[in-house]
Amino acid sequence: MYKYSSQDQLLVDQRARQFRGQAERFAAGELTPQQFLPLRLQNGLYYQRLAYMLRIAIPYGTMSSQQLRKLADISRRYDKGFGHFSTRQNLQLNWPVLEEVPEILEQLASVQMHAIQTSGNCIRNTTADHFSGVAADEVEDARPYCEIIRQWSTFHPEFAFLPRKFKIAVCGSDSDRAAMHVHDIGLEIVRGTNGETGFKVLVGGGLGRTPVIGELINEFLPKQHLLTYLEAILRVYNQLGRRDNKYKARVKILVRAMGPIAFRERVEAEWVYLKDGPNTLTPEAIAHAQSFFHPPPYIELDELAENAALEQHGTQHPAFIRWLKHNIASHKKPGYSIVTLSLKATGYAPGDATAEQMEAVADLSDRYGFGEVRSSHQQNLILPDVRKSDLFAVWEAAKAIGFATPNIGHLTDIICCPGGDYCSLANAKSIPVAEAIQRRFDDLDYIYDLGELDLNISGCMNACGHHHVGHIGILGVDKKGAEFYQISLGGNQGKDASLGEILGPSFSQADVPDVIEKLLNTYVELRQDQDETFLATFRRVGLEPFKERVYDKAH
Amino acid sequence: MTKLIKNGVIIEDQWQVLREIPEMGLPAGELIVPAEYWLEHRAELLSRGNVGVWLAGDQSPAMIVEDLDKLAVVAVDFPLFTDGRGFSYGRTLREHFDYKGEVRAIGQFIRDQLYYLNRCGFDAFALETSDPEQAIASLYDFSDAYSASIDQPLPWFRRS
Repeated sequence: MYKYSSQDQLLVDQRARQFRGQAERFAAGELTPQQFLPLRLQNGLYYQRLAYMLRIAIPYGTMSSQQLRKLADISRRYDKGFGHFSTRQNLQLNWPVLEEVPEILEQLASVQMHAIQTSGNCIRNTTADHFSGVAADEVEDARPYCEIIRQWSTFHPEFAFLPRKFKIAVCGSDSDRAAMHVHDIGLEIVRGTNGETGFKVLVGGGLGRTPVIGELINEFLPKQHLLTYLEAILRVYNQLGRRDNKYKARVKILVRAMGPIAFRERVEAEWVYLKDGPNTLTPEAIAHAQSFFHPPPYIELDELAENAALEQHGTQHPAFIRWLKHNIASHKKPGYSIVTLSLKATGYAPGDATAEQMEAVADLSDRYGFGEVRSSHQQNLILPDVRKSDLFAVWEAAKAIGFATPNIGHLTDIICCPGGDYCSLANAKSIPVAEAIQRRFDDLDYIYDLGELDLNISGCMNACGHHHVGHIGILGVDKKGAEFYQISLGGNQGKDASLGEILGPSFSQADVPDVIEKLLNTYVELRQDQDETFLATFRRVGLEPFKERVYDKAH
Repeated sequence: MTKLIKNGVIIEDQWQVLREIPEMGLPAGELIVPAEYWLEHRAELLSRGNVGVWLAGDQSPAMIVEDLDKLAVVAVDFPLFTDGRGFSYGRTLREHFDYKGEVRAIGQFIRDQLYYLNRCGFDAFALETSDPEQAIASLYDFSDAYSASIDQPLPWFRRS
C-alpha cells in the first residue's frame, strides 16, 4: 500500500485548510454560490436531492483496514451510519452537513485519505483493476502507475478547469477489469517486443448521454513517457474541447469531431515540447512507486494441503461450495485466493455498507490477509490475500454480515447507481428496480444456469450505473413526469467492449421484472448449448428475436 | 490608477487594458490592446513605446508567437472563471515560447485560482477584490506541489 510521506500529508492538510477557508467565505457571502460550486465539487461535495453528498476517493480502489475503519467511523459520526461504494472506486456519504465537511476532510487526512478531485471538471480519481497485484493473469501491477498518476494529477495547476470531467483507468491484466474502453483515457499495460512493459493508450471512451468506445492512439507508449504523454493529451483537450455545451464537452466528442488520427497528430505535436522533459519518469521514480506495492509477506504454502482443508469443509456445506465457485478468483500466489464480498444481497441497495459491515470487513482483512481491502467498480469489496485454508472461516464471517451472497458475475450482482432515491440528476429510481429483479430471480440454480450475466442500471443518461456496457442495461427515463425504463442488450465492458442496443419503447417500473424474464427465457431457448453466454447468444442472433418476444402481446 | 497584484505585491497599474479600441483613437499612456488590433497595427503601436496585447479565451498565444519579443505584457482574458484554457496559454507562453515579459490574468478569474495561475506562469493579476492582502495569501495556499510547472520546473518525484 502507498504510504504518505510528510510531503503528501502536508498537501492534504493544506487542502483541508484551504477548503475550510472557502466554506467560511461562502457562509459569509464572500463567495457566491456559482463561485463556490466548482471549489466544493473539487473537494467531492455535491448538493443532491435532500442534502449534500460527499464523495471520498479510494485511490485505485485500494485501502487499508485502518482507512476502512475511519470511513466507518466518519459515516457514523457525520452521517447516518452507512456509505455507498460507487462505480468509480469512491465512497459516497449521503447526508453530511456542510459545516462539518472541513472536519470530515481533516479526519480523512489523518488516515491519508481525501476527497480531492472526486468531482468537478478536473482529472478525477484514477481507477484500476481491483485485483491489481494479486491477479493470476496479470502482466504488471497497475497501482504504482496509478499512484504516479494520482500525484501528477492532484492539484495539477493547468487542468483544474477543463471543459468537463476527465477519468483515467489503468489495467495490467489480460482481462480488462477496469472498463478501460469507456474512460476518457484507458491505459493497458502491455509487453513490448523486448519484453519491457509500456502502455497501450485509448482515448475518448465514455458513457453518459453519448456512449463511445475509446480509440487507440498509441500501441505502445514506453513507460517513462507516461506523464508527458498524458499532459499532451490533456493540454490539447483543455484548449480545444468544447465549452459551449456541457453535453458535448467530454474529450470523446473532440476525438470524434477531429477524428482519432488528427487528434493523435495534435497530441504528438504537443508532445514534442514535453517529451523527455522533466516529467519523464526516471527508473528511480518508477522503482520508488513500485516499492509500496511489493508483495506482502506471503507464506510459502503447499497448495495441495490448502485444497485438502477446503474440501473437508465443502463436503458438509454445499452453500460454501457455491460461494467458492462464484466469489473466489485465482491468486498469483499458490495457496492463496482473492475473495469478493458481495454487496448485492437482495433487499439492500447495491454497493451500500453500514459502519458495522465496514468494520467487520476491516477486521477480516487484518485476520485473513495483510490489512488491505479493495473496492471494485462493480460496487463490491475484495479481500485480496486469503489463505485457502481460511476460506471457510471467511465465508462464515461474511455470511454473518450479509456479504456472502454467491452471485459474483451473475444476474443479481447488479451494478446500480443511487438513482432517484438520492441523486438530483436522476430521472428515475434505480435501487427499487434492482431489488425487484433480485426478488424475482431468487433461485440460485437458475441464476447459475444463466451463466455470466451483467445487468447494469442507471437512473439517468449520465450512466453512473454503466447501463450501456451491461449485457442487459436498464436506463431510467422521464416520460411526462413518470418514471420509465429503457432496456438495451449486448453491451460489454471487457476488452471486446461493446455498447448495448436499445430494445424498443420503455417500460413501467412494475413491468421490468416481467420483461427481464422474457429476455432470459428467450436466451435460454436460443442458446446453442449451456456454455454459450447471454452475450455470445445476443451477438450471434441479434436484437430481433428478443424484441419480438418482449413486444409480442401473445406472450 | 487601479491596483494590480504583481510578483506577490500590490502595485499601481501602469497599464490600461483596452477591451475595445475607442472611436476617437488610442488614449495616451501604456496600453494593452486586443490581439487582432496588434496584428493589424504593429508599427503604429511600436512607435508609441511599450506595448501589451491581450488574448481572448479562444485566442491561443500561437497567434502572436512571432511578436513576443516586442511585447512587454501579454494578458490572458478569462471570459468565465470556469473557462480554464488560459491556464494552458500561460504555460505555453512560458514553456514553449520562452516568453519573459509579464503574463497577466484579466477578466473573470477568482482569488481561489491564483495559486494555480501563478504555477502556470502568470505573474500579474488584475483581480477585482475588496481584500487584496487576503488574495495575495491565496498565492501560498500550498507550500509545495507534485507536478512540474513554471514556478517549480521539477516534479516532486525528481526532488524527493
